[in-house]
Amino acid sequence: MTDIIKLTAAEIAAKIAAGELTAVEVTEAHLARIEAVDEKVHAFLHIDREGALAQARAVDAKREAGEELGPLAGVPLALKDIFTTEGVPTTVGSKILEGWIPPYDATVTRKLKAAGVVILGKTNMDEFAMGSSTENSAYGPTGNPWDLTRVPGGSGGGSSAALASYQAPLAIGTDTGGSIRQPAAVTGTVGVKPTYGGVSRYGMVAFSSSLDQGGPCARTVLDAALLHEVIAGHDPLDSTSIDAPVPPVVEAARSGSVAGMRVGVVKQFSGEGYQAGVVQRFNESVELLESLGATIVELDCPSFDLGLSAYYLIAPSECSSNLARFDAMRYGLRVGDDGTRSAEDVTALTREAGFGDEVKRRIMLGTYALSSGYYDAYYGSAQKVRTLITRDFEKAFEQVDVIVSPTTPTTAFPIGERADDPMAMYLADLCTIPTNLAGNAAMSLPCGLAPEDGLPVGLQIIAPAMKDDRLYKVGAAVEAAFVERWGHPLLEEAPSL
Amino acid sequence: MTVTELVSYEDALAAYDPVMGLEVHVELGTKTKMFCGCSTELGAPPNSQTCPTCLGLPGSLPVVNAIGIESAVKIGLALNCEIAEWCRFARKNYFYPDMPKNFQTSQYDEPIAFNGYLDVQLEDGEVFRVEIERAHMEEDTGKSLHVGGATGRIHGASHSLLDYNRAGIPLIEIVTKPIEGAGERAPEVAKAYVAELRELIKALGVSEARMEQGQMRCDVNLSLRPHGVEKFGTRSETKNVNSLRSVERAARFEVQRHAAVLSSGGTIIQETRHFHEEDGSTTSGRVKEEAEDYRYFPEPDLVPMAPPREWVEELRATLPELPRVRRNRLREEWGVSEHDMQSILNAGAVDLIVATIEAGADAASARKWWMGELARRSNEEGVELTSLAITPAQVARVAELVAAGDINDKLARQVIEGVLAGEGDPDTVVEKRGLKVVSDEGALGAAVDEAIASNAAIADKIRGGKVAAVGALVGAVMKTTRGQADAARVKELILQKLGVEA
Amino acid sequence: MPGITREEVAHLARLARLELQAEELDHFAGQLDDIIGAVARVSEVADQDVPPTSHPLPLTNVMRLDEVRPSLTPEQALSCAPAQEQQRFKVPQILGED
Ligand SMILES: [Mg+2]
Ligand SMILES: [Zn+2]
Repeated sequence: MTDIIKLTAAEIAAKIAAGELTAVEVTEAHLARIEAVDEKVHAFLHIDREGALAQARAVDAKREAGEELGPLAGVPLALKDIFTTEGVPTTVGSKILEGWIPPYDATVTRKLKAAGVVILGKTNMDEFAMGSSTENSAYGPTGNPWDLTRVPGGSGGGSSAALASYQAPLAIGTDTGGSIRQPAAVTGTVGVKPTYGGVSRYGMVAFSSSLDQGGPCARTVLDAALLHEVIAGHDPLDSTSIDAPVPPVVEAARSGSVAGMRVGVVKQFSGEGYQAGVVQRFNESVELLESLGATIVELDCPSFDLGLSAYYLIAPSECSSNLARFDAMRYGLRVGDDGTRSAEDVTALTREAGFGDEVKRRIMLGTYALSSGYYDAYYGSAQKVRTLITRDFEKAFEQVDVIVSPTTPTTAFPIGERADDPMAMYLADLCTIPTNLAGNAAMSLPCGLAPEDGLPVGLQIIAPAMKDDRLYKVGAAVEAAFVERWGHPLLEEAPSL
Repeated sequence: MTVTELVSYEDALAAYDPVMGLEVHVELGTKTKMFCGCSTELGAPPNSQTCPTCLGLPGSLPVVNAIGIESAVKIGLALNCEIAEWCRFARKNYFYPDMPKNFQTSQYDEPIAFNGYLDVQLEDGEVFRVEIERAHMEEDTGKSLHVGGATGRIHGASHSLLDYNRAGIPLIEIVTKPIEGAGERAPEVAKAYVAELRELIKALGVSEARMEQGQMRCDVNLSLRPHGVEKFGTRSETKNVNSLRSVERAARFEVQRHAAVLSSGGTIIQETRHFHEEDGSTTSGRVKEEAEDYRYFPEPDLVPMAPPREWVEELRATLPELPRVRRNRLREEWGVSEHDMQSILNAGAVDLIVATIEAGADAASARKWWMGELARRSNEEGVELTSLAITPAQVARVAELVAAGDINDKLARQVIEGVLAGEGDPDTVVEKRGLKVVSDEGALGAAVDEAIASNAAIADKIRGGKVAAVGALVGAVMKTTRGQADAARVKELILQKLGVEA
Repeated sequence: MPGITREEVAHLARLARLELQAEELDHFAGQLDDIIGAVARVSEVADQDVPPTSHPLPLTNVMRLDEVRPSLTPEQALSCAPAQEQQRFKVPQILGED
């Protein structure tokens, strides 16, 4: 059984297709693993045992009938609890949606089901995806499998922890300011934020509409690519979805190479606040890229310094509006309806009781930034910064094929350390935010352990919009070289649970 | 509440000059909602036309209805507006239980159409130009049923019940620039503008614009300024004035109320007001503690619209004849006065008369039946003329039967009654009810003889030259034939038998 | 530039329909002040002649045909309602406009 859970998604799919394993066996192995370790990790908010086994049986039946199976048929997956799942609870990590059972599937959910992927359950997250530690979940924090007293990153800490603790070989995350990449970095896994519009947002509970993007999480670059291809593509239900072919990510992941590529290093992604071990591993990665045949180019992107500020105006503004629908009238929590109170009072009492502090902070921040008299100085200026950052990227990509940086300035911090210091928490996304603002694509993959704490460090690769394949081409090459250097995947150095 | 003694309309106008602004919301007649594929069909069971998007469920997203955009552009063009080369939707943020997302997807500083005008014709034929500020797209809200109060109104209700079938139906909001210079005719201009706009919308085929069904709703903003003063006074905003007559009454009432407040040294506060159908008055709405702050920002879930110029020109080429131009043409063709044409317009009979003429009736009888018997019936039943269970073709057939002498006017009314009662088409009703005029000369002759015999004195008078007395004998014949005789023919026969020249 | 007060926090909370507790007002006032103080840097670019970016992709005119798609059933629509009556969502009294 332990064998099965260590397999990659590509290996599992191949074995199922070849009849060496059944999807039911694979699913049961992962359910058993969840049973064994998730009490400690708390990656999942909801396990859909019956649904998972039913899907696995359907895949096995299809195989027996001689029907062709998709490249991930029968592979288990952990789904971030931000995607709607018909008939299965969806909470977004919030009390306000406790008990909500959506009457519809998100497009991502629908595509996963159609591909025969087995959804094991829904993973923990910072409430409404607001946070970098998963401590903001209304249902308690998730532990980092490398050290259970530390955070697994956020907001998608449940998904990254599920991967790192072998509870699932695949997971789905969403990335508004780094919520796929930063958890991947601090758990030693792989996470990709596709180009904005590459993966449908329909049925993905909105935090910040112009920044949110769903994407694949896995333990290997190839697995991420296989999942990327399953969930990406045009969706007529999402007006911001790109109507163009999905970049050839799987092909790129199978032919990793950086020979002849120009790789940019941005001056602004360094300096104060960066942990020494992170910088060390990053510098080694750059040397590795050079040794693999890449040319390194130094870049200056001055507007990136304003990225964090712009982000903390745009995301809260959009969220203040997106979360207005949680008003106790049509679904979700209702508090204080004693027959005498007005709808307005019941809404206010419910939101007070149902939202956590970080959500309230951001709603108020956004309300402030949009209110008359402040709009131009705050929201308006933040949108100008967005233009400047996009231009900096455009200029950079005239000189280089991809950009690399540390994914996050530090390794996983202890649970509780930044819990009531929002500004300190926000710094975790310093390197990931510019990509969300510009809408282009980025990946995080492991590049070693920081010497001072023995915790994983992530390397971020950034590509232009709709050139997501470059992430996989470079990522696969880097991954192969590191695994060769280490003698095994980094995750094998994690303590067993 | 202090009741202000109104100033007479004449006195108000002697001292002040009214300035109006009219905001009209029109529900488009698209098959589906503005941002989702739910049906817009009226009369469906509650909450049967909702989906994740129009219920505002978490994760749902909007997609723009192409016909919604097309309709907005058509309206803009018909109002002589410029059409934006690039514009966006915006979110208007405020909480209200009838609005599922607690923001309305609307347009803010980038409306799809702007800077236009609509020429409206007053009853005496004078043309008044109303300048249009903008026409923008937005969505309707759900419908609330207030329970537990005495009156079914929101005030005093213990709770409310919401049906979101209407939530998300496309709306076009058309806003005028300040209407100045109408003077005492301001209320008439307001009414004529709304009437003209309704005709225009119907002619474009983008909505049925039925005010009584709430498909078209008007807000009347009004202020007064002393004669000779440039600066506008403080305005009041009278919401949801939902008939043509009410628009005129509301404007008139507000002129009188403002004048009363101002001339007694008071000040007008900017507020929303409610119009009361019963007595034509307005009352103050709830005064909000703080000014609304809608926190508009560009809707991130929708991408901008950039109507291609060639497409806009194609649409322009398909615009129908303007209702006012068409009406003037018809007025001349039909040979009626401005005043009569206005009555026809107000009755919503223009298209019905046109269709009846197209079906073979002459203009005079088409107009006569629709504006006479049928208008009376629609008034009695409180429904629109178009809702009556009779078609223009059937009315044309009635007119044809009369013209051929098969029935007379009195019988025609009975035929119409039969058609309305669902007894079939005019010929069937004539047949079933036996309504043909007695044209059998023999039978008619016998009836005439009988009438002469039993009214000898009158017959003598007529023989003696008092021809006018013939009416009494005609009446007697009509009575014995139970109305089914051609009165003109009866008169002819009587005079003939009595040897008198007509 | 900022200096956000307890009263302003209370005003924001009202606009956002959050019934904050007294101690939360102070707590959030301090934190919001810090955050706004930090992010106010963006106004450095306020005077620059740069178009704002509201959408990360240069898409326009995304529309759908005016064709009816299946709705939810009323049962599905109401399945999560905190309260219902007469096949409608039952909500507390709405403060009247009159
Ligand atoms: Mg409006
Ligand atoms: Zn709908």
